[in-house]
Amino acid sequence: MDNLGIVALGSIVMAGFTIAIGSIAPALGEGRALAQALSAIAQQPDKSNTITRTLFVGLAMVESTAIYCFVVSMILLFANPFWNYFTRQ
Amino acid sequence: MDEIPISSDDLVFGRWGVVTFNATVVFTWLVMVLLVVGSWLVTRRLSPGTRPSRWQNLLEVLVGGMRSQIQEVSQQEPGVYLPFVGTLFLYIAAANLLSVVPGFHPPTSSLSTTAALATCVFVAVPLFGIGRHGLVDYLRQYIRPTLFMLPFNIVGELSRTLALAVRLYGNMMSGTVVAAILIGFVPLFVPILMQVLGLLTGLIQAYIFAMLAMVYIASATRARQQTEERLSVGNASDSPNRSPGASSRG
Repeated sequence: MDNLGIVALGSIVMAGFTIAIGSIAPALGEGRALAQALSAIAQQPDKSNTITRTLFVGLAMVESTAIYCFVVSMILLFANPFWNYFTRQ
Repeated sequence: MDEIPISSDDLVFGRWGVVTFNATVVFTWLVMVLLVVGSWLVTRRLSPGTRPSRWQNLLEVLVGGMRSQIQEVSQQEPGVYLPFVGTLFLYIAAANLLSVVPGFHPPTSSLSTTAALATCVFVAVPLFGIGRHGLVDYLRQYIRPTLFMLPFNIVGELSRTLALAVRLYGNMMSGTVVAAILIGFVPLFVPILMQVLGLLTGLIQAYIFAMLAMVYIASATRARQQTEERLSVGNASDSPNRSPGASSRG
């Protein structure tokens, strides 16, 4: 297998692994945050505005970890610098 | 599906000297023109009566909502922050919501735009902080618990700017990419659902971007206020309506 094949294989496999492994922890964290927020709303329904707003902002911050993984896998697939380097050679 | 639009920078409409008119620039100006001309048309004849026109009503709801959100998040007078945070929200929300228009590439799905917006926040946080506390007191916040926290505070400031940029870019870019991939194998009906979901995420992302900017600015401007409040709480021990942050310490 030449260099280009190795780069393609590595990029594609790692793109899958990146998004697969990288989304595990944010999914667990978001689920936990959502469960906590729901029980908090159940206990204090009159505070639900504040809780929901904080939940959204918090979820976005947790989710950004998964988004980083997604961006990295997209870069590996569609804007791979090593691919361009080896095709130019 | 050989043409996955990972960035709207690649779509070039024309060149003029060293300036390249790619989709990001063109649609950014389009959104700006839309917002400016729209609000100019509405605010040209405002009526103070109890029956405002429907467009005036829309603007009042928007501005009032933004003011109350800023007030709730920062626990401060929203007037100073409204122009900056409100502009961020309106621009991102308009750019994201217009993505349902066929042929419109949202400028927020390019890392250049989001990096520029995040840089604005990065510059605005110290400006607001210095404006409220003065230079020395603001810089002292970086060594607030101990001197050891200085590198962590600096790295935190940089990394949250990066996070702001990449979060908005990733969310908007994922919308377009997923739509493009779905059109490849289920061209009927399913992409519409993704577009509807994209509207929701677009609005939420605009809200989150503005709110996070406000939270960062508030964290730079508030620290001094809390110590002052604590001092005044220590002096006058029982005032009935105290801010929740101050009362939980007592």
